[in-house]
Amino acid sequence: MALSRLASSSSRSADLLKPLCSAISLRRPISTDTTPITVETSVPFTSHQCDTPSRSVQTNAKELFTFFRDMALMRRMEIAADSLYKAKLIRGFCHLYDGQEAVAVGMEAAITKKDCIITAYRDHCTFVSRGGTLLEVFAELMGRQAGCSRGKGGSMHFYKKDSNFYGGHGIVGAQVPLGCGLAFAQKYSKDEAVTFALYGDGAANQGQLFEALNISALWDLPAILVCENNHYGMGTAEWRAAKSPAYYKRGDYAPGLKVDGMDAFAVKQACTFAKEHALKNGPIILEMDTYRYHGHSMSDPGSTYRTRDEITGVRQERDPVERIRKLILSHDLATEKELKDIEKEIRKEVDDAIAQAKENPLPESSELFTNVYAKGLGVESFGADRKEVRAILP
Amino acid sequence: MLAIARQRMLGQSFKKILPAVSVLRSYSSAAKQITVREALNSALDEEMSADPKVFLMGEEVGEYQGAYKITKGLLEKYGPERVLDTPITEAGFTGIGVGAAYYGLKPVVEFMTFNFSMQAIDHIINSAAKSNYMSAGQISVPIVFRGPNGAAAGVGAQHSQCYAAWYASCPGLKVLSPYNSEDARGLLKAAIRDPDPVVFLENELLYGESFPVSDEVLDSSFCLPIGKAKIEREGKDVTITAFSKMVGYALKAAEMLEKDGIYAEVINLRSIRPLDRSTINASVRKTNRLITVEEGFPQHGVGAEICASVVEESFSYLDAPVERIAGADVPMPYAANLERMAVPQVEDIVRAAKRACYRSVPLAATA
Repeated sequence: MALSRLASSSSRSADLLKPLCSAISLRRPISTDTTPITVETSVPFTSHQCDTPSRSVQTNAKELFTFFRDMALMRRMEIAADSLYKAKLIRGFCHLYDGQEAVAVGMEAAITKKDCIITAYRDHCTFVSRGGTLLEVFAELMGRQAGCSRGKGGSMHFYKKDSNFYGGHGIVGAQVPLGCGLAFAQKYSKDEAVTFALYGDGAANQGQLFEALNISALWDLPAILVCENNHYGMGTAEWRAAKSPAYYKRGDYAPGLKVDGMDAFAVKQACTFAKEHALKNGPIILEMDTYRYHGHSMSDPGSTYRTRDEITGVRQERDPVERIRKLILSHDLATEKELKDIEKEIRKEVDDAIAQAKENPLPESSELFTNVYAKGLGVESFGADRKEVRAILP
Repeated sequence: MLAIARQRMLGQSFKKILPAVSVLRSYSSAAKQITVREALNSALDEEMSADPKVFLMGEEVGEYQGAYKITKGLLEKYGPERVLDTPITEAGFTGIGVGAAYYGLKPVVEFMTFNFSMQAIDHIINSAAKSNYMSAGQISVPIVFRGPNGAAAGVGAQHSQCYAAWYASCPGLKVLSPYNSEDARGLLKAAIRDPDPVVFLENELLYGESFPVSDEVLDSSFCLPIGKAKIEREGKDVTITAFSKMVGYALKAAEMLEKDGIYAEVINLRSIRPLDRSTINASVRKTNRLITVEEGFPQHGVGAEICASVVEESFSYLDAPVERIAGADVPMPYAANLERMAVPQVEDIVRAAKRACYRSVPLAATA
């Protein structure tokens, strides 16, 4: 839904461009231009037990624009969430994804909504790339009725089953066996689709991951394990947590690919490659070399275990949104001002969604007792004082 | 080889049972006897036959025919895509089962005993039980976790724990525990058909016991309601609640009590969560006395919940304090005499019932 809104607003900016077009040069309407463009990934892929995909990635102006818009939207959304948290409108845990947008966007470009995605708690942007709206995000973060989980989940529990997005999980590592289970079900149902199970460098050491990978390899499940290596598991750097931080090799018998996770095209290429592999040969690991600008969560300043220079260094050299901006400008597809206008539009979209979410009510009290079961059987449930508050579960 | 021939013969004799039933139906209502094992096996078979989304997963469920032979013949009948032998990795395969349930399949995950479910308990609680709530109904989890629970014989501390109280405390789970063959068939079918995660607590020592079953029970559409207890024996003087193996003990105790003129009402809980509070309270309002019986550890046990419920709902009906009979508050010892002291015996239930009826003998000196 966010993406379709983006498409319609890009045609608005195409209207803005028309007078510029005729005045300056003959430039085709950006939103619909599908003339192939070839871009090179920033670095070549490194592989373990498999071939590497080509560094040359096919794209077009339309996709470049989509990438820019989607990632800029995600960036602004996460920064806005930071402010809302500091204003105490968001409570509890809030794990932000800014810096890692290329993984969500590049992956979505390589797959369909028949493919499943499951991730951990840093899930806001993945939810949006699967079609979630800004209102659903902000309302859920603020615990309101219009939230994607009707306010009952919170930041870590976003789901969108109709787009095969299965959350949104708080227990580190649990999502990996769950994702392998989704892949099992896809194979069982003969759906010819794959599951991407995302996890961090911290979760990469979890035993259940290796248990699930073992079973997936034995049973040839179409499971793609994606390690979003942002180099810090909460406050612990990868070299302090993993004897072998070469996560793409940790699958041993399972092939792996190391990918520049700040390059949306590298991500797209790797995911296309992985999908093809998994459908034929079973599980594969993708290690996305990425970075988060924020700390682990809003309660972590993110600067006690890494230097500010490191953070600004990554922002200057490897920022995923900047990379696309440079590509658009170097291919002469838009001017600086046009891109800034898009970002202004995005700011407004985000602000509007926040305003709408703020007006949205908290859930009704009766919602305390809904969805405990899919089939409640008419049994009683109780509040804190069971003589005062009881309900029949529907 | 021989094992396969034996298995094929059993399979054929099993297939013969069903046509025999329809013959029986027309002649008489003479009760047939089947073991709990046969009851569980036939329930799995029928539900797998009826719904292609149902599949089995667990250690030794396939080629070994089941560690306790509950899944015997099912690999041969349904093939390796639907009966899956797993490595000894509970956390991994339970997570995979729950993920398959998220997608809409209906897994039946076997734990060789529920002691091993602790390796996977995060998936049972956090991935399965809570998902429907956290997702506001988007992700339901139609999974069954089944296997033997509680004490067996001489298997020691790590293989003897009863998990009924732990799982039953968790909202989002349903917890069932059959006693006889009718329970085993009806409750397992209900569990597999239910769209929520169900923990199905069997008992190894009951697998080989035979119970009479009616034609209705043997029909493939047979199903028992979840959340309803059964009054196994009616009485007027004291209510005894129990589940699983302890139901048999409670019934024996009731027979002994009858000789002393005490008529006990024995309630087979069948469902630990949801707990059938209305049947329990209605019974206590009739008898005015309650004994709860369970095999598991006493502190924070099933009996504690039943006692609290009765105190809340039916306090003025109680003529005596509620009595709890439970496993001893120690890890399960191995030596036969100590093991006997660590689990409830029929005499314990009789003694407690007499205490509740003010017919007790002087208290034994404490050890």
